[in-house]
Amino acid sequence: MGIRERLSGNEAVATALRQINPDVIAAYPITPSTEVVHYFSQYVADGKVDTEFVAVESEHSAMSACIGAAAAGVRTATVTSACGLALMWELLYVASGTRLPLTLLVINRALSGPININNDHSDSMGARDSGWIQIYSENNQEAYDNYIMSLRIGEHKNVRLPVMVCQDGFITSHAVENIELLEDDKVKQFVGTYDPEWSMLSGKPTSVGPYDTPMFYFEHQYQRARAMVDAKNVILDVFKEYGALTGREYGLFEEYKMEDAERAIVVLNSSAGTAKYTCDRLREKGEKVGVIKLRVFRPFPLEELAKALSHVKAVAVMDKADSFSGIGGPVFTDVRHACYELEKRPHIINYIYGLGGRDVREEDFQLVYAALDEVIKSGKTGEIYRHVGVRGV
Amino acid sequence: MSNMVEIRWHGRGGQGAKTASLLLADAAFSIGKYVQGFPEYGPERMGAPITAFNRISDERSSLHSNIYEPDYVVVVDPTLLSAVSVTSGLKKDGAVIINSNKDPEEFRPLLEGFEGKVYTIDAGVIAEQEIGRNIPNTPMLGAVVKISGVIPEDKFLEDMEQSLKDTFASKPHVIEGNMKAIKRSLQEVKGL
Repeated sequence: MGIRERLSGNEAVATALRQINPDVIAAYPITPSTEVVHYFSQYVADGKVDTEFVAVESEHSAMSACIGAAAAGVRTATVTSACGLALMWELLYVASGTRLPLTLLVINRALSGPININNDHSDSMGARDSGWIQIYSENNQEAYDNYIMSLRIGEHKNVRLPVMVCQDGFITSHAVENIELLEDDKVKQFVGTYDPEWSMLSGKPTSVGPYDTPMFYFEHQYQRARAMVDAKNVILDVFKEYGALTGREYGLFEEYKMEDAERAIVVLNSSAGTAKYTCDRLREKGEKVGVIKLRVFRPFPLEELAKALSHVKAVAVMDKADSFSGIGGPVFTDVRHACYELEKRPHIINYIYGLGGRDVREEDFQLVYAALDEVIKSGKTGEIYRHVGVRGV
Repeated sequence: MSNMVEIRWHGRGGQGAKTASLLLADAAFSIGKYVQGFPEYGPERMGAPITAFNRISDERSSLHSNIYEPDYVVVVDPTLLSAVSVTSGLKKDGAVIINSNKDPEEFRPLLEGFEGKVYTIDAGVIAEQEIGRNIPNTPMLGAVVKISGVIPEDKFLEDMEQSLKDTFASKPHVIEGNMKAIKRSLQEVKGL
């Protein structure tokens, strides 16, 4: 089953877009996501899709056009990176607050300044509070699979939230690797047709996005927040169904060699692969180490993660973005929070790593595991807000 | 992963080192290998030093870092030898393959004490004569396949012909020129 291929991460998600054939895509190119727009424009020109492709003049317009199309009731998607996502900011909240389940492929890149085109997570991590579901991808295969699944999650009647599917710019977006694709008809069958309960084209008079007075605004916000909570079960159901179809069943996070692990690294996107590789090398030497690869960051899998970390002595949480809060990055604060209710809390430290395309190596993870060993031996957590791979520290 | 072969390409923007790494990934994929082909992106401009990488193995590699201890280093532009430490981390039993008409041993003094094998291939001239332009990447690719043995030569030639046919359907002379260049490169590597 499946089609054996070799594709870059960008080619993989462009292929998923072709197979899904959304009704509307409005996009503006920005490195390193530009290729996705290139490939898709070619599909449109070649008649391989019948999508209405709107070449807009900015990302603000891209998201605005997507919101308009989604409000009309059609399946809508876009793609961006870094400053492009930042320019969509205002509209991200409009999309989720208006409960429009459009999808956004984020090819993660550092936010300026100074300007940098390479990878980190400062773009999507900044958008973590915008009411979008966020799913992260280790490689081309996961980016492809996550994206196909994302439509079913966002469009579910208990969710109706927009979804961003993230992968690392250049590191996976421009790396050609093996991948197993689904046949076109299977993808079409899996995503089905989008039939929203409410839309401007439904024949029932509907207003979208009017002024929301204090009489109702709070209730709408509560519903949006509730939808994010409820999304977790829908996500798990969709993952399960996709697993039955493909043999690739995903979880909210992946537990790698965690059964008897005393030290764990929590990490997301491409570096999770390098962490697993490092974990294997240390396991060969008998070290009890493991990796948790976070896949779904919004909604945050709080209880599940706490359970997975309950038997561990020390945890390092990796952040490829700084919150500039002075107390660590966004993944760290959530993971540490998740462990608060545990009867026996592990030591938990944070590492900011890989900013702006700084290559993340096996050696970096060796150093992190060694630091966790120190923490366990000394019995003291020590400094929680740490950096790895940066010079002069 | 003991069966993994790691290759690092050094070229200048515009010479096709990235394309060569992707073609090699394609060819290795076609014989059932797990592949990675990826460039390192910096300030991109014609003539700037660039690096590209290949991992080729029997199982999927989850590593997503650059390559620091390659089995093979390919130097598409020999003027880089005075600017970039191309043999950095190169395994002792590995090899460096340089685009040049000179004898391999002439490069030894520029290789910062590297004691392994050195090969040369006159890829620029082969490309000029067979393709009509100095785009050395396909003849360099031929030399890499010859020396590394990661792909059987006949399978490689078959796959390259198909890739070129897919890419240049409307330009048959390009296909013929590139195929001649690749076949010559398999024969003309110096240092064997």
